[in-house]
Amino acid sequence: MTEETFEIELTVNGVRRTARAPARRLLSDLLRHGLGLTGTHVGCEHGVCGCCTVLLDGEPVRSCLMFAVTASGHEVTTVEGLAAPDGEMSPVQRAFQECHGLQCGFCTPGFLCTVTALLRDTPRPTDDEILEGISGNLCRCTGYQNIRRSVRRASELIAADPASGGPPAGEAGEGGR
Amino acid sequence: MKPPPFAYRAPRTLPEALAALAPAAPGTGSDTGGGGVGKVLAGGQSLIPLLNMRLAAPERLVDINRVAELDTLEVTGAGVRVGALARHARVGRSAEAAAVQPLLRRALAHVAHPVVRNRGTVVGSLAHADPSAELPAVLALLDGSVEAASAAGRRTIPAGGFFLGPLEPALLPGELAVSAFFPALPPRTGTAFVEIARRHGDYALVGVAATVTLDAGLRVAAARAGYLSVAGVPLVLDLTAACAGADAVSGGGDWEDAAAYARERVDPESDIHASADYRRHLAGVLTGRALRAATADAIDRAGEGR
Amino acid sequence: MSTRMFGEPVARREDPRLLTGRGRFLDDLGRDALAAAFVRSPHAHARILDIDVTGALDVDGLVAIYTFEDLPDQVGAPLPVLLPHPALTHGRTARPLARDVVRHVGEPVAMVVAADRYLAEDAAGLIRVEYERLPAVVGIENAEAARDLVHDDVPGNVGAVLLQENGDAAAAIDAAPHVLEFRLAIERSASTPLEGRGVCARWDADDGSLRVYTSTQASTSVRAAIAARLDLPAGKVEVVAPDVGGGFGVKIVHPWPEEVLVPWAARLLGREVKWAEDRREHFVAAAHERGQLHDVRVGFDGAGRVLGLDVRIRHDHGAYTPYGIVIPIVTSTQLLGPYKIGAYRAEVVSLYTNTLIVTPYRGAGRPQGVFCMERTMDRIAGHLGLDRGEVRAANFIQPDEFPYDQGLTFQDGRPLIYDSGDYPGLLRKVRDLIGWDGFGALRAEAAARGRRIGVGLGCYVEGTGVGPYEGGHVEIDSAGRVHVSTGLTSQGQGHQTVFAQIAATELGVPIADVHVTTGDTRRFGYAVGTFASRAAVMSGNAIALACRKVRAKALRIAAEALEADPSDLEITEGEVHVRGDRSASVPLRTVAVLSNPLRYAFDEQTAAATQFAVGGSPSEPPVAAGDEPGLEGRDYYSPVRSTFAAGAHAAIVEVDPDTAEVRVLRYAVVHDCGRLINPMVVEGQIHGGVAQGIGGALYERMVYDASGQLLNASFMDFLMPYATEVPHIETDHLETPSPLNPLGVKGAGEAGVIPVSAVIASAVEDAEGLRVDAMPLSPDELFDLRRRAEHDPALRTRAVNGP
Repeated sequence: MTEETFEIELTVNGVRRTARAPARRLLSDLLRHGLGLTGTHVGCEHGVCGCCTVLLDGEPVRSCLMFAVTASGHEVTTVEGLAAPDGEMSPVQRAFQECHGLQCGFCTPGFLCTVTALLRDTPRPTDDEILEGISGNLCRCTGYQNIRRSVRRASELIAADPASGGPPAGEAGEGGR
Repeated sequence: MKPPPFAYRAPRTLPEALAALAPAAPGTGSDTGGGGVGKVLAGGQSLIPLLNMRLAAPERLVDINRVAELDTLEVTGAGVRVGALARHARVGRSAEAAAVQPLLRRALAHVAHPVVRNRGTVVGSLAHADPSAELPAVLALLDGSVEAASAAGRRTIPAGGFFLGPLEPALLPGELAVSAFFPALPPRTGTAFVEIARRHGDYALVGVAATVTLDAGLRVAAARAGYLSVAGVPLVLDLTAACAGADAVSGGGDWEDAAAYARERVDPESDIHASADYRRHLAGVLTGRALRAATADAIDRAGEGR
Repeated sequence: MSTRMFGEPVARREDPRLLTGRGRFLDDLGRDALAAAFVRSPHAHARILDIDVTGALDVDGLVAIYTFEDLPDQVGAPLPVLLPHPALTHGRTARPLARDVVRHVGEPVAMVVAADRYLAEDAAGLIRVEYERLPAVVGIENAEAARDLVHDDVPGNVGAVLLQENGDAAAAIDAAPHVLEFRLAIERSASTPLEGRGVCARWDADDGSLRVYTSTQASTSVRAAIAARLDLPAGKVEVVAPDVGGGFGVKIVHPWPEEVLVPWAARLLGREVKWAEDRREHFVAAAHERGQLHDVRVGFDGAGRVLGLDVRIRHDHGAYTPYGIVIPIVTSTQLLGPYKIGAYRAEVVSLYTNTLIVTPYRGAGRPQGVFCMERTMDRIAGHLGLDRGEVRAANFIQPDEFPYDQGLTFQDGRPLIYDSGDYPGLLRKVRDLIGWDGFGALRAEAAARGRRIGVGLGCYVEGTGVGPYEGGHVEIDSAGRVHVSTGLTSQGQGHQTVFAQIAATELGVPIADVHVTTGDTRRFGYAVGTFASRAAVMSGNAIALACRKVRAKALRIAAEALEADPSDLEITEGEVHVRGDRSASVPLRTVAVLSNPLRYAFDEQTAAATQFAVGGSPSEPPVAAGDEPGLEGRDYYSPVRSTFAAGAHAAIVEVDPDTAEVRVLRYAVVHDCGRLINPMVVEGQIHGGVAQGIGGALYERMVYDASGQLLNASFMDFLMPYATEVPHIETDHLETPSPLNPLGVKGAGEAGVIPVSAVIASAVEDAEGLRVDAMPLSPDELFDLRRRAEHDPALRTRAVNGP
């Protein structure tokens, strides 16, 4: 009962990576266990908690609701790819530390990816836009108050230094997948 | 919570996709476990949770994400045609689509959460035929249609005949829903979409999509509502007669007749989140809210000459 | 830069790691480990007739399948009752794998080990277990009716009966001018950390030792348990809690079946084995909490003073009692809150049901007790037509009455004596914060616009920092780094920061030089665990005491080098100098070198410390009698009893007149946890607690059907709040230092969650004028309550008074 495997080629955090895996291998598992990028966490495996959120061609998606083989040929950004190449944390990451936007840190990578894309598309979000933007991510520790504050703070940091907004947007935008 | 094994096809063209979906697909005889009926994988936002929980175990998945010709969104004066690969987010962002049929954008704002809408597809949601989902109710209300294709040919399935039961679309084995058509909004017509969910983004306990058309004197000429979570399939009610007492011009008026009419006709079930009684009550409340909002919208649009 | 870090909102030192994907959680470890999965009972109560594994044997990558028959005696024996208690006359626990009867859905029946988790699940799905269904006991009332038994040898399904008594409550109530009787209910919820449980074990055959990583709140005790089960000396077992993705109580239970089985299999197979719990498993195989029914009888006078209170508490502890009856003990004692009442009697009946085990979840019985007492206060106010705040004020223990003895025995077996507090001050502050006195006008204004709003209030006292002890070890190395370790574990509370703040302040070193390790038996072997809001109190004080030892030693050694008296010295920014004079100083790294007389030199610094370089009297040993080499210290903090934090919460809610939806418009918290080590961290703990409380009040429940199936075992249907469901939380603090410990601190971890259900019930009742006796409250249930109240005046409150 040997399972068929597929060649999977991804650009992850700007680096071309290849792997062989069965079609059923979830993108979250390939990133974590196949490529060793364990920063992406898995909290429910049915698409509700948002811990596994990564950027696919710049857009946040649930990596537990996608097969790695489907993602083949696309660009993926994980939490490991949010900081600058020299290791300096992105404005979103810095804001989360400054505003105590994390406690256990398990849901945090999903929030960071979601918020990075949110602020790229909406650099000066209203409070309602922030709430809607993070409304699909569960956090059991913080009560969200400091996460909302972190997003506002990140928006300020980006405004102060627009070049620091985050990772390359990939093929963000409409169509063309 | 890992999906069970399945045979996997990733066609690049529609004919390839239809061939892969065909029962006991010819030309794939040498494959491992690839026989039987294929299941379409598009956005995967409903299917993959079922797979991860091993509540579904299709023998063969046909991943249509590489079929570029299905990634379409065509807007004409007649309406909005959404291809099988158009994601909720793309359709929701389209100003052209919103101009021709504003209800689409209104309803999409209630579909799960933004991140899910980045992957989930409009046609996939229709083909999933969940009576608690927003888009089936919208397609039904607007008398839209689904275009289905198979190796044997194409057919257009009107919304009224598409939803056969919970999670049961009128698609035959081997058929792929290639697009859905949402007709344009008529003149002097307004829309609204309201729903009550336990948490923001959850499936609605009850939801109502409504269209209200005014006559030249700004009286209600036609009022219809589409309901989710109140029956096994989307329910559409013509509320025109029940709206006779409503005063559109004031924007307020009495929608109680329409609400009562709705309460009598819905047939909800109880589940762990809400009783049938409560759902029936909500159907009435939301009928009034939806009609009021749709009427106000119609007046606005009429004022703008649309 | 000041080295006085205590009390400052210092940015968390663990954050950069966690923010850049460099955290190491359980499932991030053991990349090459084999994966375990479990066959779990699909039935709530059944006899196992046969287990047939043949179908699974063909699965590619299968390594092993184990059932009870495969387990050696010590491994397969029933798990321990961790907290025995005289009242727990019928404690029962499960075996790691079921032997013949399963008693809840999710109970492990077989373990599969395979190359990866996908294949392990494939094999698990092909194992056929034949069951004979037995009648399931679900719900407190069915358990008590005892038509069927969960355990054949536990009559009446009663695990424990516990009496707490102070005075003659029945007589006091009978003699009281006013008496009320009512029933209250709280449903089940659960900790639900976003990271489930998990274990990863590695057997080193050459060394004969075992290393176990586990997502636990108690690594030292897990070590003891595993060592006993696997017949290894504790010194050959290392247990490490890596980054833990939330605990909230559920990870204090140990050893879990998986914590025994995974290390056992790793040794047997000679391969690293890992089990990472998935979400569905967590719902049916970890633990729940909260479910209780209270029958209350209260007597009071015309001012609302409680003269006698009698509460019968029925507690659903699920199928087994591994964690004893701590929860109802806490409920029955903490129920008293900040009040001095006349006579009190609480009878706890703890019952078996065919549902998942019930063990502490943040608050651990307090939310139920506070719900009971605060609903009682509101009832009294309603009955007498008094302001709800005034009734509470009439019953408060006053600031000059501490220490105050409640005359009961607390969960640590010690007398329930409150150490300090200012309850009237808390109430005053929360009334100001929420605008209690001006609320009447606000309500009228809202009503004029067709909106229905209400205000609610709740007070609580929380015993924190229970013993028996924690320890701290502090070592300064020759590079000047300060290594702090303590045995208890961290699950997001910021221990690497707050313990570093304590050490930096005590030692006078920059916080950047301090490195904290928690929950690693390799570094500190004696500990109790992280629960009951005890880490800051217990380990915080132990670390402070250890630092004081190190500081004294550093001053003594530096005094010789500086030719000064130790009592004239102080440490600033890691340098020892004469107080007020930094012209001559010795850095601590040099003191560390001087503290350790060497024979061998390996660099310039150590050359200065060899026995040839250091002078000293030839007649004295290089290490003086009673002294030790090295600049390190270890100390323990063991309190005589708990310290008692307190708080008052208030909320304004809006209820939709048409849909019965409840929205929290404002939420205010005033909290007293003694001296604050890091106000930012404390505030974060409060926010998170309140959010869990909102979940418990309005969203979360465990829905079992009559056959014992958990109907909402997913995040789709277990409604943990998103950001959109949690209100903004306004906070204020009051600091009454604890006289019991050197730092004057009290615990803060659980405070936020404790009174929320009581507060929301109070506010909804106020808005609706309907009696709210059960939590959580869904819109559906409120709709139903409205309907029933149309025909039943008993469900309507009097016009709720004040503000």
